[in-house]
Amino acid sequence: MIDHLLQVENLETQFKTPDGIVHAVNGVSFTLNEGETLGVVGESGCGKSVTMLSCLRLIPSPPGKIVAGEAFFHGQDLLKMDPEELRHVRGAQISMVFQDPMTSLNPVMTIGKQLCEPLKLHLNMTDQQATNRAIELLGLVGIPRAGERLKDYPHQYSGGMRQRVMIAMSLACNPQILIADEPTTALDVTIQAQIVDLVKRLRDEMGMAIIWITHDLGVVASIAHRVAVMYGGYIIEESDVKDLYANPTHPYTLGLLGSLPHIEEKVHTRLFSIEGMPPVLYKKPVSCPFAPRCTFVTEKCWQENPKLETVSPGHRVACWVDTKSGSKR
Amino acid sequence: MENEKNTLLKVDNLVMHFPIYRGVISRQVGAVHAVDGISFDVKEGETLGLVGESGCGKSTTGRAILQLYKPTSGEVYFKGKNLVKLKSEPMRMMRREMQMIFQDPYASLNPRMTVRDIVGEPLMAFGQASGKEITERVADLLKLVKLNPDFASRYPHEFSGGQRQRIGVARALALNPSFIVCDEPISALDVSIQAQVVNLLEDLQKEFNLTYLFIAHDLSMVRHISNRVAVMYLGIIAEIADRDELYVNPLHPYTQALLSAIPVADPVYYEKNRRKVLEGDVPSPVNPPSGCRFRTRCPIADAHCAEVQPELREVSPGHFAACLKV
Repeated sequence: MIDHLLQVENLETQFKTPDGIVHAVNGVSFTLNEGETLGVVGESGCGKSVTMLSCLRLIPSPPGKIVAGEAFFHGQDLLKMDPEELRHVRGAQISMVFQDPMTSLNPVMTIGKQLCEPLKLHLNMTDQQATNRAIELLGLVGIPRAGERLKDYPHQYSGGMRQRVMIAMSLACNPQILIADEPTTALDVTIQAQIVDLVKRLRDEMGMAIIWITHDLGVVASIAHRVAVMYGGYIIEESDVKDLYANPTHPYTLGLLGSLPHIEEKVHTRLFSIEGMPPVLYKKPVSCPFAPRCTFVTEKCWQENPKLETVSPGHRVACWVDTKSGSKR
Repeated sequence: MENEKNTLLKVDNLVMHFPIYRGVISRQVGAVHAVDGISFDVKEGETLGLVGESGCGKSTTGRAILQLYKPTSGEVYFKGKNLVKLKSEPMRMMRREMQMIFQDPYASLNPRMTVRDIVGEPLMAFGQASGKEITERVADLLKLVKLNPDFASRYPHEFSGGQRQRIGVARALALNPSFIVCDEPISALDVSIQAQVVNLLEDLQKEFNLTYLFIAHDLSMVRHISNRVAVMYLGIIAEIADRDELYVNPLHPYTQALLSAIPVADPVYYEKNRRKVLEGDVPSPVNPPSGCRFRTRCPIADAHCAEVQPELREVSPGHFAACLKV
């Protein structure tokens, strides 16, 4: 086995709901190398967040349940790890930034106290050491007058600054992997650009690997080295970032990119739209999950779900049809 | 060619302040300067895009135009009539002509009403149809927005976000309006669904010669749908121009920064272009900066910018910008 920092194999997660069991993640495998940024793209409900939460066993259980799979981090399976051991990994070696900085910060605790918490817990720092490091961290993420602002509460920060605090907190213990779950979705474009630039700078300085979950194909293009596109609980295409945008191959990826208006659009063209809507999977599909909305659909697509196959070096696609020529693979 | 067309809506020096009350006797201690003196017009059949970041006053502008808020001062002329001066009954009749599509397709539909009642309500309110006629009209409207007319007896929770937004569009069309304020109609939707709704709005515009005020923060979508675009910052219009002119030749430093911050779905773009990233946050609209509102974040501001508030002036034909440096 090659040395991957994180190697996830065949992960499956389900949720029990009053309407039946929802198959949120249906056998996802991917790897993450040191210092690499993996973008995970998909629409709401495609399983992108659940996949990453499952790796850290942060799925509320019940109703959620990881039914199969392995997630190796430094050769150890996170999914079978002793809960006490896992606590030392979470927040210290693998940390996470969430979408909504207001709900993920404690509103009745000062920013300083929240920042010092992981430092004292994971690195056994004293109060003084932790405070000094907290000031340093706030400075690192570009918050002016860090010393004074430690005593502030989250509501006294703006949205962009709260997200900076979340990033500072996740970087507190020098993690090897940072999982960012839609970190810029709730922010305005100019603030979003600030945060993306910040994360890129910190990545280059600290050399951590990043998993960046988003629905925004533009943001991913600006930060990721490699991109995985998810649909209906599966990775349906995975490739180097440049190759994905230059040669999108899966009909869903083609549709997603086609539905974006081009910013340099000169002549008014009608947007390509994918008809129908994303599925909610109450049973594991036999067919390709995208078949009901696919313009390339063939007989075979209804009979068997295609597996992720390599189509060119570093480019994997799960589709029965070669979308370039329109013939069967 | 645009100039030949009639002006449908004219906004003149519109101001919308929301008072802040404090203390036991609720004394007014200040005001949120949501919209602070903006003027523009919208021609018949065109789409004016209104962009800006959250809190810049773009939604307030839309609502103040429709008189959902009573403007603090300023005039709004619609088909030559000053809406601000209209009495309540003539205003109510005027509302048939101007409708709104809301951002949140979950909050803007009453969960306890069926689709037939939601879409049929405007017809009932204006006595345009009753009983069976409503059912027929609703079925037509649902077909128009590409929803199955058999869904009329269902409740909003049975629909997805994109379908709900179509219901909102059908309701807005019920009274054959000529003007629709689209307040971030696609922001809450998934990418693949956004394109569906935008295409629908474009088709309807062609079919019924509708005029849109399209409020959004997604600049690439605004470029796609608009004929002209106005950029707002902290309650004022920073720049307004034809869409191609604005995107190719932005004059105001804020527009330039905003355009450069748009995420582009092309990794090669990021290798070639260095982005201009704005520093800091939008200041509070309770206490906007003196002079030019953008000066606190502006890369080219100097002392003069703090003293004089720049007027929106015509820099080249049809291209207006409010900046002292332009």
